[in-house]
Amino acid sequence: MNAGLTAATSGRVLRQVRTDHRTIGLIIIVPCVLLGLLAWIYDGTPVFDAIGPALLGVFPMIVMFIVTSVATLRERQSGTLERLLTTPMGKGDFMLGYAVAFGALAVAQALVATGFAVWICDLDVAGPLWLLIVVAVFDAVLGTALGLLASGFARTEFQAVQFMPAFVLPQFLLCGLLTPRDQLPTVLEWLSDVLPLSYAVDAMKEIARNADPVTAVLTDLGIVAGFIAVALALASLTLSRRSA
Amino acid sequence: MMNSSGPAVAISGLRVVRGKRRVIPGLDLEVPSGQVVGLLGPSGSGKSTLIRCIVGVQIIESGTVTVLGHPAGSPVLRDEVGYVTQSPSVYADLSVRDNVAYFGRAVGLRGTELRDAVDRTLAEVDLTSHADQLVQDLSGGQESRVSLAAALVGRPTLLVLDEPTVGLDPVLRRDLWNLFRHLAERGHSLLVSSHVMDEATRCDRLVLLREGEVLADVTPDELLTRTGAPDADAAFLALIDAETRERSAS
Repeated sequence: MNAGLTAATSGRVLRQVRTDHRTIGLIIIVPCVLLGLLAWIYDGTPVFDAIGPALLGVFPMIVMFIVTSVATLRERQSGTLERLLTTPMGKGDFMLGYAVAFGALAVAQALVATGFAVWICDLDVAGPLWLLIVVAVFDAVLGTALGLLASGFARTEFQAVQFMPAFVLPQFLLCGLLTPRDQLPTVLEWLSDVLPLSYAVDAMKEIARNADPVTAVLTDLGIVAGFIAVALALASLTLSRRSA
Repeated sequence: MMNSSGPAVAISGLRVVRGKRRVIPGLDLEVPSGQVVGLLGPSGSGKSTLIRCIVGVQIIESGTVTVLGHPAGSPVLRDEVGYVTQSPSVYADLSVRDNVAYFGRAVGLRGTELRDAVDRTLAEVDLTSHADQLVQDLSGGQESRVSLAAALVGRPTLLVLDEPTVGLDPVLRRDLWNLFRHLAERGHSLLVSSHVMDEATRCDRLVLLREGEVLADVTPDELLTRTGAPDADAAFLALIDAETRERSAS
């Protein structure tokens, strides 16, 4: 792997996004609209303070999953990926380039969404706000890594979009947002233990209720980082230089 | 640029299966270095598959493909071999300049060296005036020139082009062939596939492919004298007819 090639790829991906104003708008504005709706629905109750931070972690993962799986599928179909892999560009440079680019977008998304939740919707968290941003960026990179992996199994953009409910919704149902994970039926609890989003949401919940959450959050982030590494390693197997 | 006195490409006993069909049933070929070699043949004759073998993206059944002295697809070849696919493979949502610069960075160009290489390449494919336009706003012919530029920017020792002149007007085709000639004079090797037979006369050597087999590997002059045909189109048909007669006789 080579830092210059990784940087070239992330720069290229960000330039592509820059020409697509609608996607930028969707990435930045949709989380705010949803958070605003939620705050409004639960106005005057403590519910928003409990689930708001968790959602700040869920949005970046879902958005980056969709964006990455469609973008990489396009690279596979248009022949640009095959062509790149005949150059010194390595699979690692390619995948990290995407992760860095969408990680950077996630920072922007997290700053706006967190600012909106805290200052407009009066979200009240016990822990430090900067940690919310850090967790959100990890979640975004997780979404990117899973999207890279999912794109290897999609043949069309229709399929790629359908992978969103298939990959993401089960994690969403089991991540502890609807029912705390320790109150799930035992088998489902086990299942939630092996899904990455569970740890992302655990970290966000820790920040919501704990004034000094750094140690607990670091453990969760370590696990999320492990999932990211595994997803990227599996995704690299789907990027083959040679094909029939 | 890699210095190799041997052939640019040496292929022996190559067999390739795609789907259930044996596209290349056993092929031997040598592509000399420093020349423009035309790979001609009707569509479905295996030109693209052969090209994919040379750039190392095709899974092969058996045989060896040696490029500039190394097995095809070796890491050392990755900045020595430029590959232009038949359908343009560039980013539609990037500007012409950004596309070419990205592929330049991919082969290690940086700073002023990169900027100069991009400017030179844009001029070569006659896209300087469109440099800041998005590829999705270009015509089909312009898009395929961006794809060509993405391979030219790194000045590869061996340039492998799959039908680079399809859909281009005669002026542009002439300019590109002049560029190919200029590159060959400076020691680059080029393998250019085409099904436009009148481009054959512009090559130093011709490889005629049919059903995955080499029908002829000759200079343009040899092709005409051997068949007695007035032009490349007729020569190709004459060769095919001769082979068909041979087959039905045996």
